[in-house]
Amino acid sequence: MRKQEFLAQLRKGLSGLPQEDIEERLTFYSEMMEDQMEEGLSEEEAVSAVGSVDEIVAQVAADTPFTRIAKEKKKSQRRLSAGEIVLLVLGSPIWLSLIIAAFAVIISLYISLWAVIVSLWSVFASLVGCSVGGVLSGVLFAKGGHVASGVAMLAAAIACAGLSIFTFYGCKAVTGGILTVTRKVTAWIRNCFAKKEAA
Amino acid sequence: MDIQLKRGLLDVCVLAAIKNEDSYGYKMMKDMKPYLELSESTLYTILKRLETANMLTVRSVEHGGRLRKYYHITDGGLKRIEDFKVEWKEILSIYRFVTKEDDDHA
Repeated sequence: MRKQEFLAQLRKGLSGLPQEDIEERLTFYSEMMEDQMEEGLSEEEAVSAVGSVDEIVAQVAADTPFTRIAKEKKKSQRRLSAGEIVLLVLGSPIWLSLIIAAFAVIISLYISLWAVIVSLWSVFASLVGCSVGGVLSGVLFAKGGHVASGVAMLAAAIACAGLSIFTFYGCKAVTGGILTVTRKVTAWIRNCFAKKEAA
Repeated sequence: MDIQLKRGLLDVCVLAAIKNEDSYGYKMMKDMKPYLELSESTLYTILKRLETANMLTVRSVEHGGRLRKYYHITDGGLKRIEDFKVEWKEILSIYRFVTKEDDDHA
């Protein structure tokens, strides 16, 4: 690949960044390649030595804070032409409701995930409650003369305690899993934005 | 390697590459090459960060009909290198503590 071709592709790849940032990076890579050619490398060799455009763009996207990309996105929206603004306004019943629906879906997913966590832990809490209550009432029954009922109560309480230990580990694993999935989804959404800007 | 730690180390490395005389991107890459592999984009990010932190200054110098950027270390940059030397002793001491048990068992 020729140097100019490489720089043009890189400019396209970095288009999500602020303008002065793009110029500075291009100057940097250009100087790098010129210096390598001065050392005796051919143009092709110098271009391939600085790495592929895709690699560079991916690394820049990883290094650039999300807020900066978002800021640049906001800035570029201000450059909309009058026709585009009219279209945006006229189309708002469609895209606005779509965005709201998308957000609603994401939020409801989060809520249902948390509902799963809450309900699992309440199962655990009720098992603990049952075992404590069972022990207490078992003792009361036994004191009141109903020894058989008391023993049955105690047995139930011990069973509940055993189950609660199982559910505790189960709940812990499920909560951990859901949190990991949530983080992954958040990272994925963030990457979608970053890639869209870099493309 | 831990990203925070590596980032700090690379900063000092780049500062060390311009400690004795002003240098430019390609020469810095060449000087560092025997010690560490660094991509051009990483070097750019580090230089930018060090410039923002006032640890180095940049000037463009005419070279063979084009401009070349030279990086010059500031007092702040020199201080960063000196601080690193002190910090490194602490890190070494932590390292010795961390590996102490391994040695005991060996």
